[in-house]
Formats: sequence, C-alpha cells, structure tokens
Amino acid sequence: MTRRRRSWLTGIVLAVVAAVWVYPFVWLVSASLKSSSEVFGKGLDLVPADLRWENYARAWTDVGFASYMINTVVITLGTVFLVIVRSALAGYVLGRHDFAGKKALIGIFLLTFFIPEGYTIIPITQLTDQLHLLNTHVGVILGLGAGGHVAATLLYAGYFRKLPKELEECAELDGAGPITIFFRVMLPLAWPITATVFILTFLFAWNVYLLPLVFTLSDPDLRTLAVGMTVFVGEQSTDWSGLAAAAVISLVPAVAVFAVLQRRFVDSIAGAVKQ
Amino acid sequence: MTTLLDKEAAPPRDVPARGGGRSRGRRNWWIYLFLLPTVIGYGAYTVYPLIASWWYALLDWPGFARTGTFVGLENFRRLFEDDLFWNAFRNSLVFLVVAVPLRVGLALALALVLNSRRTPFRGFFRTLFFLPVVTTGAIVGIVFTLLLDASGPISLGLVKSGLLDSPANFAANAGTSLYAGIAVWVWKWLGITLIYWLAALQTIPQDIHEAALVDGAGAWREFRHVTLPLMVPFLVIITLIDTVAALNVFDLMQTLTAGGPSFSSEVIEIYIFRTAFQATVPELGYASAAAVLFGVLTIALAVGQAVGVRWARGRMGTS
Repeated sequence: MTRRRRSWLTGIVLAVVAAVWVYPFVWLVSASLKSSSEVFGKGLDLVPADLRWENYARAWTDVGFASYMINTVVITLGTVFLVIVRSALAGYVLGRHDFAGKKALIGIFLLTFFIPEGYTIIPITQLTDQLHLLNTHVGVILGLGAGGHVAATLLYAGYFRKLPKELEECAELDGAGPITIFFRVMLPLAWPITATVFILTFLFAWNVYLLPLVFTLSDPDLRTLAVGMTVFVGEQSTDWSGLAAAAVISLVPAVAVFAVLQRRFVDSIAGAVKQ
Repeated sequence: MTTLLDKEAAPPRDVPARGGGRSRGRRNWWIYLFLLPTVIGYGAYTVYPLIASWWYALLDWPGFARTGTFVGLENFRRLFEDDLFWNAFRNSLVFLVVAVPLRVGLALALALVLNSRRTPFRGFFRTLFFLPVVTTGAIVGIVFTLLLDASGPISLGLVKSGLLDSPANFAANAGTSLYAGIAVWVWKWLGITLIYWLAALQTIPQDIHEAALVDGAGAWREFRHVTLPLMVPFLVIITLIDTVAALNVFDLMQTLTAGGPSFSSEVIEIYIFRTAFQATVPELGYASAAAVLFGVLTIALAVGQAVGVRWARGRMGTS
C-alpha cells in the first residue's frame, strides 16, 4: 500500500468514527425540529417532515428557559469574575513576593487540590444557609468561585514569576503604588493567563450541576439551564421535541464560545497539563 | 471595590524602595490585602467544609433540625453495615477501573493517529472529538436517556446492523446501566484527554521520529520502543487527572440513570446526595460520614498523585 493510499484510508476511518462521535448532536438538533410523535416514531430518519421552530418558542417562553438562561449567564459571569480577580491577586503575590505563611498557604493549596465537589456540598450548603445566601445568585456564585480553583492561582503565580523585576522598579520610580502597579501593569501583561482562566472557569460554571441543584431546590426562580432541564424532564416527560429544543438552547452558548475561542481552548488545556 | 483599594493605596513615599532594615511588615501590608479574598474565600468554601465534614460525620442530624446531636462513631458503624453504601462504593470503583483505562487508552490511540503528519484534516477531527467536552454533563445525561431509549436511535441502529437481537435500553437494565454511564462518560470526556496526549506527543522532537525511520523501525516498533517509553511520565499524570475526574460523575449519572434501576448504577456521589437532600428524613450527619469515607479514598488517590508526579518528574529530568 502506498503512503498516499494509507493516509486516505486513515482519513476515511477517522471520518466514520467522527461521524459516530457527533451523531448525538445531529440527532438532537433534528429531534428539536420534529414533532414529538416523530422523534421516536420515524426510526432513524434524521430529516424532520417539516421544521417545527415552535418547539424552541415553547421551551424558551412557556417552560421558562429564558429565565434559566439569564440565571446561568449571571452565575457564570459572576463566578468567572470572582475567580479571575481572586486568583490574579493571590497569584501575583505568590509568584513575586515573599511573606510570612507563604509555604503554609501553598501546602494547603496542594493538599486540597483535588477535592471533588460531592465531598463538601453539605457544609457549603449549611454555610450558605447561615449567611442567608441560600436561594440567591450571590450564594451560588460564592459557592462556585470563592473556594477551589487552585489551578488558576498557580497559573497566575507561574506566569508572574517569570516577568522581569525591572517592571515594578520602573513603575515604582514613577511613583506608582503596588495596587496601581498590579492593575495598570501586571494584570494587563498577564492576559494570556486571564484568557485561559476565563475559558476553564466559564466551562466549569456553565456546566456545573450539583451545587446549583442543591442551592435552588426550594426556589424555581433561580434555576440554571442544567437544573431547569432536569425539572423539565420530570414535569413534561413526553414533550420530547420541546426537551430537545431546550437542550439545544442550553448547549449552544458554550459551543459558540468554544467555536470562537477554539485555538485558545486547546492551548489552555494543553498548557495546563504541561505545568 | 477598586475605589476602596485606590484610596488605601497611597504608598508611603518617604520609605526608600529597597531600604534593608525598615520594617518589612509595614511596607508589605498590601501583600496581605491581595491575599485576603483568597484566604477568606478558600478558607470558608474549601478548608472549612473539609473540617466541618469530619465534625458533621459525628452527629445525628436530621435535615430539618438546626443542628445535630453528637453520637460519636455511630454513623461510621452504621455505614459499615449499610449494603447500599458499599454498593455505591463498589460502583464508583468499577467506574474508575473500567472508565479511566478506556478513556486514557482510546485517547492515546486517537492522539497517535491525529499526531501523524500523514493524517488529513487533523485540526478538523480534533475539533469534532473535542466538542462533547464543552457540553453540560447534566444535559448530556438527559439527551442520552432519549438516545438510549429502547425505541431510540442507538437501539434501532444496533438492531438494524444485526449487533442486537431485539431493542434494548442499556441505561434501564440493571446489568448494563453502570456500563452505559461509563460509555457516555468516555464519549463526553475523551476529547480533553486527547488534547493532553497531543500536548504530550508534541514534546517528542521530530528528529527522534526521523532517526527511527532511518533505522527502519515500523510504526508499531517505533511506538513500542521510542514513543511509549517517552510517554510514561505523561501516562502517570494523565491517568491520575482522569482518575480524579472519574470521581466527579454526579451530573451525568444522576440525569442518565439516577442510580437506577434498583441502585445498579448508584455511584457514591448519588448516594450522598440522596441521603442528604432527597430522603424523606434527610440525614446530614450520616451523609457526611459517607462523604468522609469517600474523601479518605480521594486523599489516598491524591497522595498517589503526588508520589506519581514526583516519580514522573524524576524520569523527565533524566530522559
């Protein structure tokens, strides 16, 4: 077999595997445009008899995905902002300065690096309840962003450590204080890390399920898309096409962000594993 | 926030920038200001819950009560006799042992193909395989309840291609539900492990590949004797990352099977959630005790991680 033929063969096998891989999404979009009886009634046919866009309207307004979307956007952006500010500040100090307790802090970070969320959900819920933040956006944002995210802090620390010392010395000669230096000089320089942390935190907060579920058990107005989907399943278990439309609505924003920032997504994740 | 910081920012100008003996504590007060959000947030939302879990584990605490009563190790004694706890524990371990090698191995195979310069449309394929990674686990779980339905496309497709005798729903069968969850999980996350592997493979210099070609090594022998030994340190790290990920499957499993049918796919996180938040009498203390036992397992894995990474670093340093 010649090299050319072999590379074509590889391409064809890959194409088949990739087609199977994305089939669930194709099926989902197709189901979202069918009638409910068509979803399971027409076998493997992916093309809808006629396009029923009203499935989307039903999910968006009647079922309440419009408000689920707003909640998810607010919670995601709040979490991303909190994580970036907090990690950049701490990372800057950890990367460039010595202080009492530095070793202890890093030790605690490393010890708690991999705590799964299922492990601490009960105390976090109790804490949020005591702060009277249960069933509020702020409560969810703090729950998602105030703790954890050690990787973000360490990424900032690693980046700031490599910047030349002269940067601060020049700025200090110009009379800038540490806070001005940080926000005017350092943080803008660290934009590649900020982009990485943005992407990773966005993905995490957009897709998280357990914490919003527990925090909004008693307040339907606060549901995120993921929680709203599961409620939809429980209440409207036969509206298959509406369900599919709601799923598409929920997945599109994250896929869109991925499509726009694709290169950076891949570099971020590759960079994170090389650390 | 910013205005508050700016007001306090006025630096003591008269202090020389590098004055050796000057009180460092006074000059560096801002360091602690920068650390404050992390120390408070991390302390309250990561460290405190860890410690509190151990305390809660010693309480008899029905969910509707303000607080619990101390019962010592009673919860742990009950856990050891609780078949459902050990069932969930076993399911989580099976999930780990089956899903992690599958995810790591398949991703490596795919990465080797996509890393080869002869493969056409590499970037395009990489994007397609990565797509499920950006989706919401809970929604993927729900969508797959439809896809896996006995009259859904997966069952139909398998019957039509002769791989299956009669329509079946793998997620609703006690013998296969856990494995259905594993399959969906591997599908969803393979793309990110693929990126890890591609990054790892990129660290092999091109001239090593050329040297192997010159020596007349075939693709398999090159992989076995050149690529694989260089990949061992990465194998350790990637396996451990994916192992920890396999302990975070609540979203997918809860929405796909909710642990059923008859607890056949109930992983430990669903057990904790059910005991703490869904039972008619929620048992916060008992669920915490289960979480603590679960946590001990995770910490053991984290220690394994630390040891593994150190070992891997050593290898990288020598090779």
